[in-house]
Amino acid sequence: MTSRLPPQPGEWIDREQPLDFQFEGVSYQGYTGDVLSSALWANGVHVLGRSFKYHRPRGIYSLANHDANALVSVGSRTNLRADCLPLEAGLQASAVNTLGSASRDYLAIMDRFSRFLPVGFYYKAFHTPRRLFPFYEKQMRKVAGLGKIDPQYREGPTGKQYDFCDLLIVGAGPAGLSAAVDAGERGLRVILVDENPHPGGSFTWQWQRNAEAQERYKKLLDRLHALENIDLRPGTIAGGVYSDYWVALFDQHRLTKLRASAVLIASGCFEQPAVFQNNDAPGIMLGSAAQRLIHRYAVQPFTRGVILGANSDAYRLASDLAANGIDVTALCDLRPEGEPSTAHAQVEATGIPVYRGFTIYQAETRRRGKQLAGVIACPLDRKGEPQPQAGLTLPCDGVAVSVGWAPDGGLLYQAGARFQYKTEVEQFVPNSLPAGLFAAGRVNGIFSWPDQCRDGLRAAREAAVYLGQPGVTELDSVTHQGPSPSHPYPIFSHPGKHNFVDFDEDIHLADFKNAHQEGYDNIELVKRFTTVGMGPSQGKLSNMNAIRILARHNRATIQATGTTTSRPFQHPVPLGHLAGRRFHPLRRTPLDAWHRQAGGQMAHAGSWLRPEYYGPADQRDQSILSEANQVRQTVGLIDVSTLGKLQITGPDAAEFLERIYTGRFHKQPTERLRYGLACDETGTVLEDGVIARLADDHFYVTATSGGSGAFYRELLRWRQIFQLNVQISNLTGQLAAINLAGPESRNVLKDLTSIDVAGDAFPYLGVRRGTVAGVAATLMRVGFVGELGYEIHVPASSALHVWEVLADAGRPFGLKPFGVETQRLLRLEKGHLIVGHDTDALTHPAEADLNWAIAKNKPFFVGSRSLEILQQRPLTRQLVGFRLADADVTPFPKECHLIFDGDTIVGRVTSIARYSTLKHPLGMAFVQPRLASPGSQLHIRTAPGKSVVGEVCSLPFYDPENLRQQ
Amino acid sequence: MPHRLLKFGFSDHHPEPRMFREVSQLKPEYDAVIIGGGGHGLAAAYYLGKDHGISNVAVLEQGYLGGGGTGRNTAIVRSNYLTPEGARFYQASVELFQDLSRELDYNLFYSERGHFTLAHSPASLRTQRWRAEVNQHLGIDSQVVYPDFIQSQIPQIDLTCGGHQPPIHGALFHPPGAIARHDAVAWAYARGADRYGAEIHQQTAVTDIEVRDGAVIGVHTDRGYIKTRKVLSAVAGWTTHITKMVGLTTPLVIYPLQAMVTEPLKPWLNHIVVSASLHVYVSQSSRGELVAGASLDPYELISSRSTLDFAESMSGHLIDLFPCLPQVNVLRQWAGMCDMTPDFSPIMGLTPISGFYLDSGWGTWGFKATPISGKTMAFTLANNRDHDLIKAFNLSRFERCELVGEKGAASVGH
Ligand SMILES: Cc1cc2nc3c(=O)[nH]c(=O)nc-3n(C[C@H](O)[C@H](O)[C@H](O)COP(=O)(O)OP(=O)(O)OC[C@H]3O[C@@H](n4cnc5c(N)ncnc54)[C@H](O)[C@@H]3O)c2cc1C
Repeated sequence: MTSRLPPQPGEWIDREQPLDFQFEGVSYQGYTGDVLSSALWANGVHVLGRSFKYHRPRGIYSLANHDANALVSVGSRTNLRADCLPLEAGLQASAVNTLGSASRDYLAIMDRFSRFLPVGFYYKAFHTPRRLFPFYEKQMRKVAGLGKIDPQYREGPTGKQYDFCDLLIVGAGPAGLSAAVDAGERGLRVILVDENPHPGGSFTWQWQRNAEAQERYKKLLDRLHALENIDLRPGTIAGGVYSDYWVALFDQHRLTKLRASAVLIASGCFEQPAVFQNNDAPGIMLGSAAQRLIHRYAVQPFTRGVILGANSDAYRLASDLAANGIDVTALCDLRPEGEPSTAHAQVEATGIPVYRGFTIYQAETRRRGKQLAGVIACPLDRKGEPQPQAGLTLPCDGVAVSVGWAPDGGLLYQAGARFQYKTEVEQFVPNSLPAGLFAAGRVNGIFSWPDQCRDGLRAAREAAVYLGQPGVTELDSVTHQGPSPSHPYPIFSHPGKHNFVDFDEDIHLADFKNAHQEGYDNIELVKRFTTVGMGPSQGKLSNMNAIRILARHNRATIQATGTTTSRPFQHPVPLGHLAGRRFHPLRRTPLDAWHRQAGGQMAHAGSWLRPEYYGPADQRDQSILSEANQVRQTVGLIDVSTLGKLQITGPDAAEFLERIYTGRFHKQPTERLRYGLACDETGTVLEDGVIARLADDHFYVTATSGGSGAFYRELLRWRQIFQLNVQISNLTGQLAAINLAGPESRNVLKDLTSIDVAGDAFPYLGVRRGTVAGVAATLMRVGFVGELGYEIHVPASSALHVWEVLADAGRPFGLKPFGVETQRLLRLEKGHLIVGHDTDALTHPAEADLNWAIAKNKPFFVGSRSLEILQQRPLTRQLVGFRLADADVTPFPKECHLIFDGDTIVGRVTSIARYSTLKHPLGMAFVQPRLASPGSQLHIRTAPGKSVVGEVCSLPFYDPENLRQQ
Repeated sequence: MPHRLLKFGFSDHHPEPRMFREVSQLKPEYDAVIIGGGGHGLAAAYYLGKDHGISNVAVLEQGYLGGGGTGRNTAIVRSNYLTPEGARFYQASVELFQDLSRELDYNLFYSERGHFTLAHSPASLRTQRWRAEVNQHLGIDSQVVYPDFIQSQIPQIDLTCGGHQPPIHGALFHPPGAIARHDAVAWAYARGADRYGAEIHQQTAVTDIEVRDGAVIGVHTDRGYIKTRKVLSAVAGWTTHITKMVGLTTPLVIYPLQAMVTEPLKPWLNHIVVSASLHVYVSQSSRGELVAGASLDPYELISSRSTLDFAESMSGHLIDLFPCLPQVNVLRQWAGMCDMTPDFSPIMGLTPISGFYLDSGWGTWGFKATPISGKTMAFTLANNRDHDLIKAFNLSRFERCELVGEKGAASVGH
């Protein structure tokens, strides 16, 4: 059975291009231009999905993605909306959340139990006895949820796009098109988006038989296409409007991030359901859906139908259906007075009986709710209550509902608009808009197409004035004329409790009464308790009725009842589009390739990749130890390019450093280094490094590899606050740094550099500038690893050359490159802490024996006030060194294992090395002060019930007299 | 089907009373006034009645119950904190939570899913070990686990993070980690508090607090003045407004925190997964939605607006962890305000103003503390001394620089 109509003017399908597709394993045919729902309907398939909770059969309701009746899976993709899923050749779709299929769903049994599952039932049961809840929850989780994900699904990254425009117009209906053309002809750069594949909005379904309207539509399109400055984007959803008109546009392929100078929302309205018994049966649909079926897809919505109406739209709908060969058996008008416009006479002329002051009381179905058999219509009393005893049965296979509208105002709300409920139109309309935001058309409460066009023009002119266009003639605002397009209460009680308010969540009218009775009497509480509006269509068809119902229960106005907060997104959008192609910075030093070739075991260190050591992974310990021994005995070379390198210049440079660091810098001589220790405001150790003075107003500062990015930002922040005359340049990526360390380092270097490296000429903690291997370099004499050493800073582009020259020159001395792990071992032997490794988020200098680095009598530095307080207090812990007798104990202690005294935590291991050049395991730990003196025993818990004893020793372990680095 | 539901099917009228009385008038005086009808304020009212027999109590809520952080959070409950003070406190909360549905006779959907905090570097694995060691010592089920175990528990996770991010080295695994229905916690405490006599006034904003000679004597509301000698501020993200009323300085700063939820899916993710380096955490609700969040917005702001940047970066990180998700749709995003402290621990207890009690500094981690903060604050109000479990959290710790550092355990994990 097919219900495809003869060709319709302006139809969206291409009859030249038929397509084969499958639904629930059955093959059908449709056309290019169809959506899955229209193609199925054309094939006589009316059960497109099942409801979330009771698994009731559902068909087309809005055909506009305003409901979630028809959610399908296609291959790996799920929760797709059949109402807007373009038909493709070979498409294989199936309904989500069924046990069986859409037409035979074994979970339909849930509907029988519905009276035992009142609103919020899951709060009232299943929690006692406690041990059974996990079982119940498991069952509930299984029946909840919609589509299934495919764990194997993969997708390449989608790109994102940026865009700019003067005026973004959302919605290409009569108002949006008129506005776009007017703004475009003024020369404004306009982007016009519409979620439908074709522009036109209600021109393409509601006014198809109105020649004048079609004439206007065509003209508007012609004018639009003639303008290059209008960028029309059909198939594009404006997903959310963020601060300063930063708008997320989604199309099938990507997210476009748009900065608009002004935004005009002409998004229209969602036609609203009426609430009556079985109002969700397949065959019952919105009037607009019936017209979309006919005019866009040339599909007959039903053969014999009843219209439930409350506005002039319903009457035009009746004529439209009749003109397309549909037998309209009755038009029930909720309004006792009926329709005052000429539309009424037109309907009467076609012989369609009109029942005034009538509603549909209930729908009758057959085949377990899958097919509509008819409706019982009945009169309403003066209070609007149905009088079923006077009901009449009207056989039909379809119902079209046209009782009112609710604004598609989400984007307006997000952009800061306020709405007011206007009884003239029984609708919320924007009544205060922030500068640069405009609204026009149906969303603004304007319902006839000529008025919508005028309202679009009016708004476009206001936007043009806002955008500073000269010579704009402003237009008066348009107001709605005639009876209200929306009924104030199209909602009818029924003892059968299948009169649904929210189709997504299967919430019926009595649920609201019951929720109210339980005290959920505020719109937000109602939403959260009943879950109205929380389903996949986010209340597009249910929020307004919920507000009407609540207002009645509260005996309050709709204005006072209010709305829930609107949040992005307009329609659900894929994570993949939001994610886009990600920018994952991974930093490699200029020597990266060399390390790899040399067998470096590369590991992530923050955003950097660094060699941990060189050699096979299964010889980690041996490799590290042999590199360490080489440094101690002759010479080694390490790439320390990841160090933060900051240049601080300007007349206030020294003053700035005095405020940031705990030490003194005003009197620091040039060509000298000082240790720099920085704290945060709570006195916690934040960073350390060396500070080289190159000239009076020129310092060169190093910072830790991991912390330097954040530290640099922090320095910028303090500079703002201090208002000092300093420049801070981050040279981290621009320069490479190489540390040449070991007793032979001077001999390796001496013939390669322009600098006199003799001990007296270039002493420990000196800094010199000159050349190394012919390259301009800054050299610093530091001793992090505890040996004679030179840190050589050169432009990144020359790093490889310098490195190779050094490596060659070192070969006669047995020079080896060494990695980060080796460096960690060497510095540990030398008792140097690593900030962030041996210190934690609360370590203050005294605890880490760093008080020597704090200058006395300095008026201020960051953290000084906290440190003053802390210095008054007894220490609660101290960083100490310890050694273990035996490298073979198992389990061997790990960093962050705790130290116990009986049952009390008295400390924590911060660093440990199993093998060292000192031939015994050693480490550092925080311990309570009473355990800090050399010789104390530390009981390190290594596993439940197991501990290893360490012995506190004084630091440094290696070369305590500091003879080697001098 | 549980027999409790039978009555609904077989009675003509909905057999459920109002969850709490509708009291139209404010009394001129209460023994205690609680500002804020979030979970904390309501729980405090409940325990004041239950544990201390103090029933002449008003809870004043400017909006609707649970409309602040309580209704916006991602409902993660856990106790694997870093400091003994913190871990002990949150563990007591977890223990209350485990029996709370029964106690309040309201199904809070307290669902123990198991909580993974992923480590993407040896450094973060070190911190996880520290937490695990402290936790184990205090009897909290918490351990460091390695990639094989993670993969076996969460087959969909990509331990290499698509090669874009540092790979996963291990995780802190906390089997009791749970999620709950956050709104229900507020409602159930409201009902319980009501039964012990407390009055709950929605749409009632406190506009000022009267202090004389260093002691509270009453509060002004937009519905009139109330005399009282005890005021509990339980307003989380609004605390700085309230402390201004009494002239109290705190180190609190307000930052927005955002979250988002996807369309419902059939169950596939059982655990709660947190990655601090990727700034993302996710769980699947009992309705089937993925509920996901990130770390704080990077600036101070008193606003609950959403941002696109958040949605973008969070989605990216989620896909880094779960590459099968790109086609899953996001339904909604939202934000709440967090009252952040420098040490990521709360500020609770007595203050220099007599009769003014603070329950604040809940930042991004306060939902899980709802039961225990209610209980300990009720004790503190009743006895006018800090409950043992919250002594370390008193405001005065900042003057003494005795911080309770939980940054490593609370910054993204919430
Ligand atoms: C996105 C997000 C995710 C989060 N995730 C988690 C998580 O996973 N786990 C976790 O433990 N925590 C989480 N949190 C934190 C948690 O939500 C809060 O810490 C917690 O809800 C605070 O509860 P509360 O009862 O103290 O305050 P709230 O619930 O915020 O209640 C305070 C109430 O006070 C009212 N109020 C304010 N001022 C006044 C006044 N002058 N007069 C009267 N009433 C007033 C407000 O309207 C509000 O209802 C998250 C927070 C956010 C924003």
